[in-house]
Amino acid sequence: MPEPFVSTTSRVISIPRANIDTDQICPARFLKITDKAGLADALFFDWRFTPDGKRRVPPSFIDEPVNAGRQILLAGDNFGAGSSREHAPWALRAWGIRAIVSTSFADIFKGNALKNALLPVVVSAERLAALQALIAAEPDGEWTVDLQAQKVTLPGGESFAFEIDPFARTMILAGTDEIGYVRSKLPAIEAWEAGHPARIDTREGIAAR
Amino acid sequence: MAEKPRTILEKIWDDHVVASDPGAPAILAIDLHLVHEVTSPQAFTGLRERGLRVRKPGQTVATADHSIPTLDPSIPIADELAAKQLRQIDENCREFRIPFHGKGSPTRGIVHVIGPELGLTQPGMTIVCGDSHTATHGAFGALAFGIGTSEIEMVLATQTLLQRKPKTFKVEVTGRLQPGVGAKDIILALIARIGIGGGTGHVFEYTGSAIRALSMEERMTVCNMSIEGGARAGLVAPDETTFAYLKGRSFAPQGAAWDEAVARWRALPSDEGATYDRTIVIDGDGLEPMVTYGTNPGMGVPVTGRIPSPADVEPGARDDLERALAYMGLKPGASIAGQKLDVVFIGSCTNGRIEDMRAAASVLRGRRVASGLRVLVVPGSQQVKKQAESEGLDEIFRSAGAEWRESGCSMCIAMNGDQLEPGEYGISTSNRNFQGRQGMGGRSFLASPLTAAASAVTGVITDPRTLPGVAAKPVAVSRSAAVEAN
Ligand code: SF4
Repeated sequence: MPEPFVSTTSRVISIPRANIDTDQICPARFLKITDKAGLADALFFDWRFTPDGKRRVPPSFIDEPVNAGRQILLAGDNFGAGSSREHAPWALRAWGIRAIVSTSFADIFKGNALKNALLPVVVSAERLAALQALIAAEPDGEWTVDLQAQKVTLPGGESFAFEIDPFARTMILAGTDEIGYVRSKLPAIEAWEAGHPARIDTREGIAAR
Repeated sequence: MAEKPRTILEKIWDDHVVASDPGAPAILAIDLHLVHEVTSPQAFTGLRERGLRVRKPGQTVATADHSIPTLDPSIPIADELAAKQLRQIDENCREFRIPFHGKGSPTRGIVHVIGPELGLTQPGMTIVCGDSHTATHGAFGALAFGIGTSEIEMVLATQTLLQRKPKTFKVEVTGRLQPGVGAKDIILALIARIGIGGGTGHVFEYTGSAIRALSMEERMTVCNMSIEGGARAGLVAPDETTFAYLKGRSFAPQGAAWDEAVARWRALPSDEGATYDRTIVIDGDGLEPMVTYGTNPGMGVPVTGRIPSPADVEPGARDDLERALAYMGLKPGASIAGQKLDVVFIGSCTNGRIEDMRAAASVLRGRRVASGLRVLVVPGSQQVKKQAESEGLDEIFRSAGAEWRESGCSMCIAMNGDQLEPGEYGISTSNRNFQGRQGMGGRSFLASPLTAAASAVTGVITDPRTLPGVAAKPVAVSRSAAVEAN
């Protein structure tokens, strides 16, 4: 069961790149696990290490010593493109990231992130440019991403509101998950199914008939 | 009728909404849940922790495709983690009574290849899988999309999903494809135009004469890569081509049930006057074979074209392009044709079906692959493999100097030992050219089976229309002719 999450205050890691795909966030060879262990190490692995296993010089974004422990990521447009692997948000969470600010998120990634209480905070292109400029000027400023208030507060006190799916917000604030909610609707589901017989039985097929 | 005209997406959606609380997403009934070894283990663990069973094992089906080796199946699996993952799917399917098309089964294969070939994928259905290329099944006029592992657990536990209704995006491909141009080129051209985030929040509906003329397998190729355009799903309204493909397949309805089903399916196409949130028109007559040059599927050009220069693109895209060209080791302004290759991969859920095997074989028959080149032909399923072998295609590939393998995802995702080495260049009929996707440090060009096979012959990226005898006629025709001549 997830823990309730209300807000985080942290310095920010900026990765000013667009179209960061889930193969970069968590390369496929780390998908052979059958649990969720060890994924922090897989995060952005190929950006951080050379093919012969050496840490790249200079270190990649999340490996920069100043970025240790930071929980907010500022990234370019269309974050999380590509594969549906939930290992991507698992790896980000395992590293310690709690919120990602970008102009847009790929659909499947966004859904997966919300289910793991990893907040996708969508901002306009102008706002993103301003935030990137702010990071350049003030790389160690602390931001607060507040889900309760749906608000990001910047160093110096300026703040802006963000939109988020209201249902997902309720779930994350309460630390509940959706399966419990849907299971509470089982009577309605069963009633619907009574009028809509299954279209297929995967246990049959001509060979088995 | 006073009813508002609806798109096929809206019809399928309305047919499957079980309930919706104000403010909450709809509870959407799922007809078919496809499962594979890589994204499911944690979902089964979740079920166990909750003390739940799989609610509808008869609407669930599993296979092993991603991490399975494509070498001789009698060789034990060297990779311990992959072996464990493959054992786990077997055990999970036994424990939860899910039909499993696993190792050794004649019906095993890539999940998006076996669903259609078994007739499990049918028009009007909602279909999900923990895999973004689930969009493939939309070729039948189904609403099919990829989900994450939490959602897999949700579907296993409830046979429903919480969903917000997506927006609609009509993609009309007009005219008729020229010889040598195929389904893969349509979808690569679309993505090159709208970008890899262009369809975010939408479902594509592919329409127009060039789409109607496609075979089912070609429609699958187009729908498969909808996700590469940012759309979680893409679909083609069912028609006679769809019904002819499905009839007689293992899980397709039989007898009176077939007639009833077809009557239902005929009501699915979008109504006259239905409106879409977005529309794009692509001139099918003007399309050429496409090849990607960069590190996302939207970075594509016609094979007769040039690699763009960062100076020519809008400032926002410049950085991305510079980084992509640096990774790829390509010169801006150079022709894409003629770029040298180390590896050719023909396979995947995009282009691993029998028609793709035939297209590649039609080029390689009587030819040799260029010296020093490694060419891997991997059928999408064991059934595709068997069919290809019965047509003698495996012999054509072997005598040309290519490797012929067991079915699986293989070098599309490089989880099973089939991979590019750092710095190697590969042309691939798969769907993703992201950095490292086909092996750490590997550099991928995406293209059609015809283009990949033509490039295998020359060792450099090659326009298939320049090889004698290739694409003398429209592709669909020359393919069947090639096979009958065998
Ligand atoms: S062939 Fe590639 S894209 Fe298709 S399911 Fe397998 S890994 Fe995914």
